[in-house]
Amino acid sequence: MVKLRFAQRDPMAEQSDIAAGRLDKAAYEQGFSSDAKVPLDQRRALIEASRCYFCYDAPCVEACPTSIDIPSFIRKISTHNIRGAALDILEPNIFGGACARVCPVEELCEEACVRDAQETKPVAIGLLQRFATDRFFETGEQPFTRAAPSGKRIAVVGAGPAGLSCAHRLARLGHEVVVYDARDKAGGLNEYGIAAYKVVGDFAQKEVDFILAIGGITLETGKALGKDLSLDDLRRDFDAVFLAMGQAGVRAVGAGGEDLTGVEPAVDFIARLRQAPDLAALPVGRRIVVIGGGNTAIDAAIQSKRLGAEDVTLVYRRGPDEMGATDHEQEFAQTEGVKIKHWAKPVRFVGDNGVLSGVEFEYTQLAGGKLEGTGDTFVVPADMALTAVGQVLVEDPVKDGAKETLNISGGRIVIGEQGHTSLKGVYAGGDCVEGNDLTVQAVEDGKVTARAIDDDLRG
Amino acid sequence: MADLRTNFAGIKSPNPFWLASGPPTDKAYNVERAFEAGWGGVVWKTVGEQVVNVSSRYGANAYNGTRVAGFTNIELISDRPVEVNLEEIRAVKKRWPDRAVVVSLMVPCEETAWKNILPAVEDTGCDGIELNFGCPHGMSERGMGAAVGQVPEYVTMVTEWAKAYSDMPVIVKLTPNVNDVLYPARAAVDGKTDAVSLINTVASVIGVDLDTMSPLPEVNGKGSHGGYCGPAVKPIALRMIGDIAREFGSGLPISGIGGIATWRDAAEHIAMGSGTVQVCTAAMHQGFKIVEDMADGLSNWMDSKGYRTIDDFRGQAIENYVRWENLDMNYEIVARIDQDACIKCGLCHIACEDTAHQAITARSNGERRYEVVDKECVGCNLCMLVCPVENCITMERVDNGKPYVSWIDDPRNPANQQAAE
Repeated sequence: MVKLRFAQRDPMAEQSDIAAGRLDKAAYEQGFSSDAKVPLDQRRALIEASRCYFCYDAPCVEACPTSIDIPSFIRKISTHNIRGAALDILEPNIFGGACARVCPVEELCEEACVRDAQETKPVAIGLLQRFATDRFFETGEQPFTRAAPSGKRIAVVGAGPAGLSCAHRLARLGHEVVVYDARDKAGGLNEYGIAAYKVVGDFAQKEVDFILAIGGITLETGKALGKDLSLDDLRRDFDAVFLAMGQAGVRAVGAGGEDLTGVEPAVDFIARLRQAPDLAALPVGRRIVVIGGGNTAIDAAIQSKRLGAEDVTLVYRRGPDEMGATDHEQEFAQTEGVKIKHWAKPVRFVGDNGVLSGVEFEYTQLAGGKLEGTGDTFVVPADMALTAVGQVLVEDPVKDGAKETLNISGGRIVIGEQGHTSLKGVYAGGDCVEGNDLTVQAVEDGKVTARAIDDDLRG
Repeated sequence: MADLRTNFAGIKSPNPFWLASGPPTDKAYNVERAFEAGWGGVVWKTVGEQVVNVSSRYGANAYNGTRVAGFTNIELISDRPVEVNLEEIRAVKKRWPDRAVVVSLMVPCEETAWKNILPAVEDTGCDGIELNFGCPHGMSERGMGAAVGQVPEYVTMVTEWAKAYSDMPVIVKLTPNVNDVLYPARAAVDGKTDAVSLINTVASVIGVDLDTMSPLPEVNGKGSHGGYCGPAVKPIALRMIGDIAREFGSGLPISGIGGIATWRDAAEHIAMGSGTVQVCTAAMHQGFKIVEDMADGLSNWMDSKGYRTIDDFRGQAIENYVRWENLDMNYEIVARIDQDACIKCGLCHIACEDTAHQAITARSNGERRYEVVDKECVGCNLCMLVCPVENCITMERVDNGKPYVSWIDDPRNPANQQAAE
């Protein structure tokens, strides 16, 4: 049982309350080091696997962006062929371990599962995928080999799922790859952006190690495009360039007072939390307001609650159906004690002496399909406000001083079907291109583009 | 309320549910628990020559998550002294006079052995004896069990001894490990048996341990063939019971054994001619309490059908159990798929496409749509059987206006074509 340790506080006092160490040590362990979805043991995995009908032309496969042969890997689990099951997953999706944890399966494979149509209880495909990959990773085997050296070198910008998926496939195809990342560690959002309870332990780094272990991939961290590297140089020095730097910028809320102490982008809060050596030392507000409706907003809200925040209110300007977070995520947040308030938009961040004390919202409504404020406002008291109204591509590094300009539209790099950009030899994929911003889609982008690069280079 | 009482070859029991000779009926303790739970009778685990059992003794098949879909054992007859068994039988029968207590016997194939043991058994007050001519393992190598049951002359001979040296009703338990069960059944009738029971277990090796390379169950790295039973063997039992019932009608009482776990299984056995049914594996899997639903479920079903007694429906399926050549060659059905119930698993399509008659479409206009191509459908049932949705695929009668014709009279029968020429 989690025990909250709050100092007695004068209810009339207005000063901000941001503090570390609100919980017992065990509560941090429970909140951040145990899986949100309990993994299957052998017996449960076999029972769950037995529920799969082994469909012909299975709808789940069609629903998977990486087209994993789901009935096949589940059948292999049921016959105790774990290696075969894991390779059915990892061959089309080298991030099969991460995707098993973070995929919104209830909107992808599990939504398509015929068992869902039959009895509103799909086969637990995500958990089975985790079972197969976890068991396989325990063996320590490196199952992939490299083709004969092609003599080609490819630069990949961004060591997240898109970049590493591309790099791994290119390495398999015999190419040499250098992967650059602005951060200190590879993994991208798996390492910095996803809630800790979805990828517990150091799974993200272990997965990166597994991917890099194929060989032929050089990782250069702490190298940012536009600062340490330029696109022109990469195009000159390499046979091809794959841009997969995601969306490193955060969108501003656009309400007054955003510079108050206590207001910060949710992604920064999550990244800090993911990298914190000691969560008990990480300060968190007593009252939190999260602004936004996507998974980042949900992840920030739940994790701040689990860090010991007393009241966490997530405010979204539209209704539950329009939220980017899935129904499942919304329910999970509510179960965790997060209050979700719909139909209100931030007007200003309220503060005293430069320190946040609350967020003022205006009720919203739809008028002729358009969202508008009603004029009525309310204030939610807050010590911390975490903003999660979207991330954006940082465009300058790929544009500034370049000989040729990369075609960017609507804040995303424009690509063709197989990752080709407007520049010869430059490809892009993942969150920096138009799409659904899912990990699994980024992995697919990287895989498809690697094949395209290989085709193009071999002419 | 249906009347479940049975009178089987003179042996009365309050319901047709008996525990078969086996581990659940090895001693008074188990049998008393069974009677407390509501079982109508028991066949006491085979009494006879002193044996020693090994460990381990059992093996089981799990199928698709279902445990004990099939079961095997390499256990021999009771390893307790004959006198101890007989004393317990006497005491149990005294305490439970309304229940059937039948004693299974197996002694060497010598007249003196039977002559010696039968009076002692009869003296216990038990209701009858069952001659274990079926055990396929361990005992058969010693010239007992299936070694007797597989030789019709021995069956007749031992049955005659049993009838000669006791006045008890005699049930001959038949082995399925023969080409045609009618031969030993006829031999038992020739020996003046009062009834038969079947099937005993099927000679089998339930599996191989792929690490130790030992057949299962394993006894210190080695395995031996055992007797297969449980849900998997019900079809084998129904067929053999049906064959005997078809030949002897109600003149030969049959105690049905093989894969009975529920009242439905029991009702099928009875419909094929069984007068009582015997259960072992299901009790070993889930305990004696299963008899509650067996009795309750059978009674409710009988009420719903208007059957007052077991005899009202016993053997009702026999007249419909015909030889293949008497089936209606002009009967025609085709599959129908309820598109609203279909969940798009595609199993009907791939089963038909890969292994049958290419009579079910996969997609139309780019959408998954599984539809029957009537002119290709032969009415085989495969799609209906593999469909995981109840009543989604049904078989519909095609009114072709043709009358019944057997293969014997069918003009397509080459024998008839030759005759016409």
